[in-house]
Amino acid sequence: MENIIEVKDLWEVYSEKEVFFDVDDRDLIAALDESNETVVAVRGVSFTVKPGEVFIVMGLSGSGKSTLIRCLLRLVEISWGEVRINGQDVTAMNMKELTEFRRHEVAMVFQHYGLLPHKTVLENAAFGLKLRGVPKKERRERAYESLKAVGLEDWVDYYPASLSGGMLQRVGIARALVADTPILLMDEPFSGLDPLIRREMQDELLRIQQEYQKTIFFVTHDLDEAMRLGDRMAVMRNGEIVQIGRPAEVFARPADDYVARFVQDKRDEIRRADEQMAAMAASQAERVGIGDVS
Amino acid sequence: MFPEALKYSVAKSVNHAIKWLLNTHGSAFDHFSSGILGLLLRVQGVLVVIPWWAYLVVVALMAWIATKKILPTIILAALPLVIGIFGLWALAIETLALVITSVVIALIIGIPLGVVMGELPLFAGFIQPVLDAMQTMPSFVYLIPAMMLFGLGKVPAVIATLIYSLPPVMRLTCLGLRQVPAPAQEAARAYGATRWQLLKEVRIPLAMPSILAGVNQTTMMALAMVVIASMIGARGLGQEVLMAINRIDVGRGFEAGISIVIMGIVIDRITQGLARKWDPNNK
Repeated sequence: MENIIEVKDLWEVYSEKEVFFDVDDRDLIAALDESNETVVAVRGVSFTVKPGEVFIVMGLSGSGKSTLIRCLLRLVEISWGEVRINGQDVTAMNMKELTEFRRHEVAMVFQHYGLLPHKTVLENAAFGLKLRGVPKKERRERAYESLKAVGLEDWVDYYPASLSGGMLQRVGIARALVADTPILLMDEPFSGLDPLIRREMQDELLRIQQEYQKTIFFVTHDLDEAMRLGDRMAVMRNGEIVQIGRPAEVFARPADDYVARFVQDKRDEIRRADEQMAAMAASQAERVGIGDVS
Repeated sequence: MFPEALKYSVAKSVNHAIKWLLNTHGSAFDHFSSGILGLLLRVQGVLVVIPWWAYLVVVALMAWIATKKILPTIILAALPLVIGIFGLWALAIETLALVITSVVIALIIGIPLGVVMGELPLFAGFIQPVLDAMQTMPSFVYLIPAMMLFGLGKVPAVIATLIYSLPPVMRLTCLGLRQVPAPAQEAARAYGATRWQLLKEVRIPLAMPSILAGVNQTTMMALAMVVIASMIGARGLGQEVLMAINRIDVGRGFEAGISIVIMGIVIDRITQGLARKWDPNNK
């Protein structure tokens, strides 16, 4: 199998009421854009992800990236287009097939953790297995193993309320690992964490990816993160993908002004760091020079 | 003045309906009535056998579990003594039996209906005005037909108490389910929870603090109603209040009133404390 995720011409319209949608009807789309009751969050997005790849979707808030990730497992109903994951047509599934698909094919990590406050860390990590009906003993063992993998083996009997943000997200990741699915979906998992912890978690994710060989679909608004983690990345604006490619390519040749602005900040940062390094090197050389004279 | 032509009275029809019910389905009501009476007498039979000091021990134990503080435990355990000192112990036990029976029936009906309301907004829309009516309808309006259908005494008292005390637990169960945070529910759905699993594993546990607040409210309403119910022949502390009113014996009314207040405080503090223990945010 060539691609593990295939998305073709995906559209997503949010609305209180059910709306009729037709991709060829430009007037209808314009009317949906005009209306205050509907939001066209994703507009004709197509892309593919290969097995074992870390695929990043980057964009500002409101660019449709969180909606896109929810379309992949139909947490929101898809308005138009096709989503194929592991050869299965997600768009065409009935409720029962969708439940099975969510249990076995994908595991999601959320920005706000989505943990259950009335369950212990261990029970939270084992939650996916419980839904599948895995016997208690086995699911506790497997949950313990993956909590160990994220370094939380001493916290299994605590409740989420007594854990820090970084630890909570480790539980979220452990829960996703226990599910033992080929695909990990991550919706800005580290954006609520402070920079040091974030970096630590990114390293951990890279290690997990190497160990478990998962396909990771990762949403972020942080270019740094995209460059550190991604094999390929897509940049989204207003529900559309404006550029898709290797992070280095996107960084070197931004497709338009929007992407360029993302990249510009990063470039400025690097330039400033370079200048500071140069200044430090110069002053050091000077001092060494002075030392020589005396 | 409201136009004469638009006047129409339903009073006669309602009277006829009640009479018709009595004549045609009288035996069904009798069966129902004896069922509830049986339950009530069984509860009362157990409560009467328990010695007075055992109640104090049970209250102390539950107060300790609920509050984990010494002073409130001692006070809560000592309060029921006052009822005994006033010589109203036996009547208080009868009232307690009535309250427990009514509350148990109210919870068995109310919590599942509240869950259905929380799951189906359309159903909630229909049932909401019914609950409003149950709470605002002056109780004598349904006490009298209840008496006609179920006879004098304890059974219509249970029915009337049910009508008055059902709404809070239903409303708060429904409210609790609606306030369950979206991220937890979304995560459960993402991991393949069916609707039933979502309800059982996420929605009901997270709504528990609100549901228990409803249980507390229902219990307090039941206790308040028991006094009024004494007017249709239910015995207990309410009967004592009624007698005191008839004889304008202020002191006797005060004793019975204070006893009811003590029961209310003890039940309220214990159920509230237990509700707090159940709250996942306190873990």
